Amino acid sequence: MSTDNPTIVGHKVNASWRQRWPLLPALLFTIALTQVPFAMSIWYSLTNWKIIPPTPRKLVGLSNYSTLAGDRFFREAAWTSIEMTVVAVLGSLLLGTLFALLLDRKFLGQGVVRTLLITPFLMMPVVAGLVWKNQMFHGLYGVLNWVLEHLGGKSVEFVSRYPTWAIVATLIWQWTPFMMLIILAGLQSQPADVLEAAKVDGATPLAMFRQLTLSHLRPYMELGVLLGTIYLIQVFDHVAVMTGGGPGSTNVPYFVFERSIGGGWVFGQASAYSIVVVIASIVIATIALRVLSGLLKGEEIA
Amino acid sequence: MNTVGERRWVNAVFGLLAWLVGLVFFFPVLWMVLNSFKGEQDANTSPKLFFHPTMDRYRDVTKTTRGLLSFREAFANSAFVVIVSTVIVLVLAIPAAYALAIRPIPKWRDVLFFFISTKFLPVVASILPLWILAKDLHLLNTRTVLVILYTGMNLPLAVWMLRSFFQEIPHELIEAAEIDGAGLRGQLTSIILPMAAPGIAATALLCVIFAWNEFFFAVQLNPAKGSTVPIWVTTNISTRGNFLAKLSAASVLASLPVVLAGWIAQKRMIRGLAMGAIK
Repeated sequence: MSTDNPTIVGHKVNASWRQRWPLLPALLFTIALTQVPFAMSIWYSLTNWKIIPPTPRKLVGLSNYSTLAGDRFFREAAWTSIEMTVVAVLGSLLLGTLFALLLDRKFLGQGVVRTLLITPFLMMPVVAGLVWKNQMFHGLYGVLNWVLEHLGGKSVEFVSRYPTWAIVATLIWQWTPFMMLIILAGLQSQPADVLEAAKVDGATPLAMFRQLTLSHLRPYMELGVLLGTIYLIQVFDHVAVMTGGGPGSTNVPYFVFERSIGGGWVFGQASAYSIVVVIASIVIATIALRVLSGLLKGEEIA
Repeated sequence: MNTVGERRWVNAVFGLLAWLVGLVFFFPVLWMVLNSFKGEQDANTSPKLFFHPTMDRYRDVTKTTRGLLSFREAFANSAFVVIVSTVIVLVLAIPAAYALAIRPIPKWRDVLFFFISTKFLPVVASILPLWILAKDLHLLNTRTVLVILYTGMNLPLAVWMLRSFFQEIPHELIEAAEIDGAGLRGQLTSIILPMAAPGIAATALLCVIFAWNEFFFAVQLNPAKGSTVPIWVTTNISTRGNFLAKLSAASVLASLPVVLAGWIAQKRMIRGLAMGAIK
């Protein structure tokens, strides 16, 4: 910079500010709403702040973090979160891919079937959770138990016997359409001439699918997993309305809520939990963003 | 032509399978709609398909009871929060997307990553400070706090989607407008907004869906009388007596706006979501 002619430098600065200012309002708003609370959380996590019983707030250093390491309940919640997210993401990706393959060929009423299939994704999460709990999984009047009984089985109290899996099933129902839409976009962008050429060369449909379609779909699947993970790792609504965190179904978001404004009121400790959650998420995000940046690089080459 | 006949046959089988899968997946929604027209006794028994349809449950849930969040209030609050937050999101995100796509600033990729990375921050980690801030600013149980938070929630996604839509605008058009002396506002109104209108509509729709369905912030920061539709739905659960038919009616009313909008705009949304990232 120092070797540049000062007037040119001035001009450059002006020009770059003219380029930048349209970005500023959105950037500042996002920083204020995400980074400020984060900084406050760090501060709280170093204190012994709790509301019940009212305790004078004082700095306690890292002791909240050391308590956390020995907290069995936090470990259980973390495990539940991982289980829920992994199974729901992979389950909906698998079903979504199968459904997309079914939809990617011409048949009578294709548009209607697509419309039917995307509906679960549009449902309000609270409604989805309540509807599954009270009309599908219900021990007495639930549709699933009606089917089970007609097949000669015994009725099951799904939500209280298998709380985590009842939630996961509902999540898969809601997120399969999302995965299906992304995979469908991928299938429809597949160049037809390559497939034709392979067919002329005598490739079997299965070989064509494995070698051409799957590799073409990979970035779409990665995108689906990425976006699905972002949203599913934060699931709160379904847990709140289906089990209220009942036996074994407390995931990390619900756990932190319970410890802070959801009745625990141990603000210092809850903040330490949330900081750990943020660090874990940053690790996941770094991996995921690497995938994304690969996608963006691809865009520049194309 | 044997192969053509064979292909047609295979397609028919797969088409039938697709219909089956579609109907099974849609069934919980269909059942909810059916339940909403039942009496509580018909809903709370082993599943029955034939019954005397009644609109009474809809009358029940839309009735106003003093001191409780009513259907009318909840819908008015939701509509206000959703519309205002979406408008603010667009006002902030359109210039930002311009600075990232059309006249890309240096390091535009880092900035885009920053926006996206905020979506990775678990909301639950910021709920306590947000609650304390809202309490200190006397914003608890107001619509304002939800407008602010929903704007923040949807902004990164909107910037992300709009950037990719803006990138598809031919550069020559914008250069031509610049030569004619059009500034940012001129370029926006004369070229960018008209050309990216479908993309902007898809983005706005996605923001509307996310804001309309949002429950976490609403239940934490505004669970009271001035709250939104998801909160209203949960008020239709009772601990005593049967409530499935009533809950179903409330669920149908709550889901209908977003489901209809999504049905109408499904193709646009596919493009916005998938192509936004890959193209």
